[in-house]
Order: sequence, then structure tokens, then C-alpha cells
Amino acid sequence: MTGAFIAFFSLLAVAFAALVMTVRQPMRGALALCGHMVSLAAIYAALGAHVVAIFQVLVYVGAVMVFMVYTIMFLDDRDPSCRQLFSRLALPALAAALVVAGAFRWLFGELPAGAPAAAPVDIFTFSAFSLAFMKQYWFHFELATVLLLVGVVAAWAAVREGRDG
Amino acid sequence: MDRYQFLVALAGLIFAMGLLGVAIRRNLLVVMMCLEIMLNAVVLSFVTFAVRSQTLSGVAMTFFIYVAASCEIALAMAIVALLVKRNGSLDLSAHQDLKG
Repeated sequence: MTGAFIAFFSLLAVAFAALVMTVRQPMRGALALCGHMVSLAAIYAALGAHVVAIFQVLVYVGAVMVFMVYTIMFLDDRDPSCRQLFSRLALPALAAALVVAGAFRWLFGELPAGAPAAAPVDIFTFSAFSLAFMKQYWFHFELATVLLLVGVVAAWAAVREGRDG
Repeated sequence: MDRYQFLVALAGLIFAMGLLGVAIRRNLLVVMMCLEIMLNAVVLSFVTFAVRSQTLSGVAMTFFIYVAASCEIALAMAIVALLVKRNGSLDLSAHQDLKG
């Protein structure tokens, strides 16, 4: 049952990613990207990684996509790039993408054996993860807050630069 | 093919699709979306390996990827808005002067 669930949402994730690449209007692309991210969240939930599924929905679908949708609404959708979708590099890019996919297949086609199941099964539930995370990664967590602050200041500086010309 | 192998293959496929989108699309915003697809593929592979080995480090890494993605999108959208204000277009070819 879990396998079928994962296969179904994998198919959806690939379909939505293809839609992002091919649709004409950026807003439709953003909606397809939301679908792609929700599909991945469903896969994480099926794997038992509940904390990642929650982060995926809260951070990506909730914050990142809202940011993107605001920007799309702010900009003009009658742009020439919405009429002529693809660049002249389409064929070389397709070849490069095939090479990358082949490289993944070659590198990870056969995963090494092992994968012990010694750790507790509920390690990725929210409460277990939070406790373990704050014990082992508290310093990294603090650094991440500094990085977020730097991001906010940098975005503010960029907007101010544009306003001042 | 077991479940984890399938998911790693899926991550590779999604990453390649994102890369293809970055290379062939002309719209700045769609290029950003394809970058997010690539980042999602990386997160998928981290989670797959973390669940397979039942260790915390892969999932902790995804947490930091989410932080970096939030910063990236905030900055990128500000820069996109600035570029469109300066050149009046979302088309990548209108920003050739960024090559230096």
C-alpha cells in the first residue's frame, strides 16, 4: 500500500515538474510547482519522515511559494518571454540533462547493501526529531538564525538600492 | 528495484528536469522555479538516504537546506524585481549585460 502511494505521488511530482517547465504563464507554473512540492511532502510522509513533510509544506508551499506568487503578481505577465518559451539552447540542454540523469543512474543504480534498522523507528516524528536536533545541532541552529537575519538584511538592502536608483 | 533505489532514481530524474528547465526557459521567474525543483530533488535524495540509514544527519541537513532556500528566494525575488525595473523585461536575453 505504501509502495503504491509513493509511486502515485512520484508520478504526480514528475508530471508537475514537467508542467513547470512547459507552461506559458508563470502563475500556472507556480501552481504546478506547489503541486510538485505537495507531492514530495506526501512521499516524505509515506516514508515516515513526518518532520520533513511538515517543513516542506510550511516552508516551501507556505513561505517560498507565497513569495514567488507575490512577485509574479507584481510583475507584468505580457512579457515577450511568456510568448517565446524556449531558448536556442534547447537541444544542448536536453543532452546535458540526459547526461546528468545517466550519471545519477550510474552512480546510484545499485545502492550499497547495509542499511541497519538499529535506530528507533520514530526518529523522524516531530517530537523525537526536535529533541535530538536541539541536542546535537543547537549551534548550527543558531548559525541558521544568523543566516536568516543576513538574508533579510540583504533583501532589504537590494530593495533600497533599487528605490534609490 | 527497492523503494530507496526508486526514490534516488526519482531524485535524479527531477534534478535533470530542473536543470533542463534552467537551461531552456527564457523567463527569469520560471528559471527560479526550476532551480527550486533542483533543490527539491536534492532534499529528496537526502531524506531517502536518511530514512534508509535511520540517521538524523540527512534530515538535519534538509532543515538547513530549507533555511538556505528561504534566504535564496527572498534575495532572488528582490534581485528579479530590480532587474525587471531596470531593463523592463523578464526575458533572460534582456539581461546579457550581467555577463560582465
